[in-house]
Amino acid sequence: MLRCLRWTTLLAVAVLTACGGGGSTLSSGGGSTSSSSSSSGGNNFSAGGPNVVSMTVGPGPTAGSSTFNSPYVSVTVCIAGTSTCKIITDVLVDTGSVGLRLFASVISGLALPNQVDTTGNGNVIAECLPFADGYTWGPVASADVTVGGEKASAVPVNVIDDTSSFVAVPSSCTSGNGTSLNSVDNFGANGVLGVGILQQDCGPYCAQAAVQQTNTQGATYYTCGNNTCAIYQELIGSQVTNPVALFPTDNNGVILQLPAIPATGASTATGYLVFGIDTESNNALGSATVLTIDPSSGTIITLFNGQTLMGVLDSGSNGLFFADSAIPNCTGSTNAEEFFCPTSTLMLSATNQGENGNSVLTPFQIANENSLNGSFFALDDVGGSTATITGLSDQFFDFGVPFFYGRTVFTGIEGTTAGSAAGPYYAY
Amino acid sequence: MSYRILRTARALPALLLGFAWIAAPAWASLGGDVGSVGADNVQFKGQLVSTPMLQYDRHDITTDSGTVHEYLSHAGKVFAVTWQGPRPPDLRQLFGSYFEPFQSATAAQSRPGMHRQVSVAQPDFVVHAVALLRTFQGKAYVPSLVPAGVAVADLK
Repeated sequence: MLRCLRWTTLLAVAVLTACGGGGSTLSSGGGSTSSSSSSSGGNNFSAGGPNVVSMTVGPGPTAGSSTFNSPYVSVTVCIAGTSTCKIITDVLVDTGSVGLRLFASVISGLALPNQVDTTGNGNVIAECLPFADGYTWGPVASADVTVGGEKASAVPVNVIDDTSSFVAVPSSCTSGNGTSLNSVDNFGANGVLGVGILQQDCGPYCAQAAVQQTNTQGATYYTCGNNTCAIYQELIGSQVTNPVALFPTDNNGVILQLPAIPATGASTATGYLVFGIDTESNNALGSATVLTIDPSSGTIITLFNGQTLMGVLDSGSNGLFFADSAIPNCTGSTNAEEFFCPTSTLMLSATNQGENGNSVLTPFQIANENSLNGSFFALDDVGGSTATITGLSDQFFDFGVPFFYGRTVFTGIEGTTAGSAAGPYYAY
Repeated sequence: MSYRILRTARALPALLLGFAWIAAPAWASLGGDVGSVGADNVQFKGQLVSTPMLQYDRHDITTDSGTVHEYLSHAGKVFAVTWQGPRPPDLRQLFGSYFEPFQSATAAQSRPGMHRQVSVAQPDFVVHAVALLRTFQGKAYVPSLVPAGVAVADLK
């Protein structure tokens, strides 16, 4: 509905499609500098394989929703050690988060056992996950997770309680974070497959003693009895975990490959999610430039418009989000102002740089979002204002799905290596 | 998983603390006075450092889950707050009477996806917030309370 309001016109925008291969040269700093808008590195995944999964940017689970640029795969979840399973379609592939999250309503009938605390009382571990405008809430469960031909056993996953069948949300969760996002519609997905650069979703912060997780600030992990929940010290090995890291093989990262699409967009786009980097004959890192990531912030350096920003390659965002006050925002519907509406398509570029000194010149385009076809689910050249917090020392450039079209993007998980590349890193 | 036994002792005090906070009063900060800054610091169990500046006083509250800056005008009102850390702060506490408008505004926005950023721009209440993997930051301010000559963009 909102899409119809947002995109009232239907104009073709004539622009050049980003294209061309990437040449590499060595810079004086010893780092490799590439100029690339499409360095597929020759990876051809059409032959398939146990580590290759079809990934589609399409309508998702909710008919008529305003979803676009959401890449989905199917995931099979099973009660650990059994053949009692359910196939979950339209699970959003997210390089910007870690761990598998599924809505309770879509796994109904599959009684995944919840993780319990150490009291022996059967208290259940739950997760309050903060987002920019709200939170999700629900138990941590254990499941065998299969994606394509890869299976991880007894994975801590998060079941988001959209059926209100779990213990009520504690006030320190609701108070800290705003609005409940516990619905399929809020995500445009039946779940989220967080395949990002870390092993666990929270890490050392949540593994602190509960009293150190300042209680009025809320916490991520709770232990819940019948009616009440308390902040919990969730040790790292029990936290919601990147399923890829728990695969027996091909567990050092993922590759996302989406096809180039016309500047005017495409109804849908289908590419690949591939597990492992340099672990099989089909997933070589090749000539992709490795940009190592600051593990404390989870970001690379993005140089744009004279600014030094924190960059993320984020398949969970549907546009290229950055601050540029020179580009007008859209108007005319509820959240139109989040997107850019320049009078003509802008050809811009940023330089992404790793901690290792390697850098890649990264061209991109920003079209007038109102002029794009509102019935298309795959839209290149869509961007918008990041939540501009001018003056804060760290500002972000969020390279969402438009960045991924026409590229082969590698994300290496912390604590793993692929050849000489040590995670966490991005490469493309 | 034998290490789980170590956690038993942790759960009970946490439970008690959980109850203690429910009974605590809510103090407005954004739009509030200097007393509300102190109340925030108590609620956040933080360390408060106050720095007088030419056009306002900056109050920095540091906690285990990040840093909150509160900007108090010489007229005695908190006109802006910013935050940064591995978790967002308690926004109900920090926003005070502006929390419900924040909730209403975000709930009215339809935005399928990972909710990594939000902007609320009302005539007299502005919020920008970002939520990335283990990194949260944001800024909220009340335009009518911003002292003349202060550029909100410069507030860190």
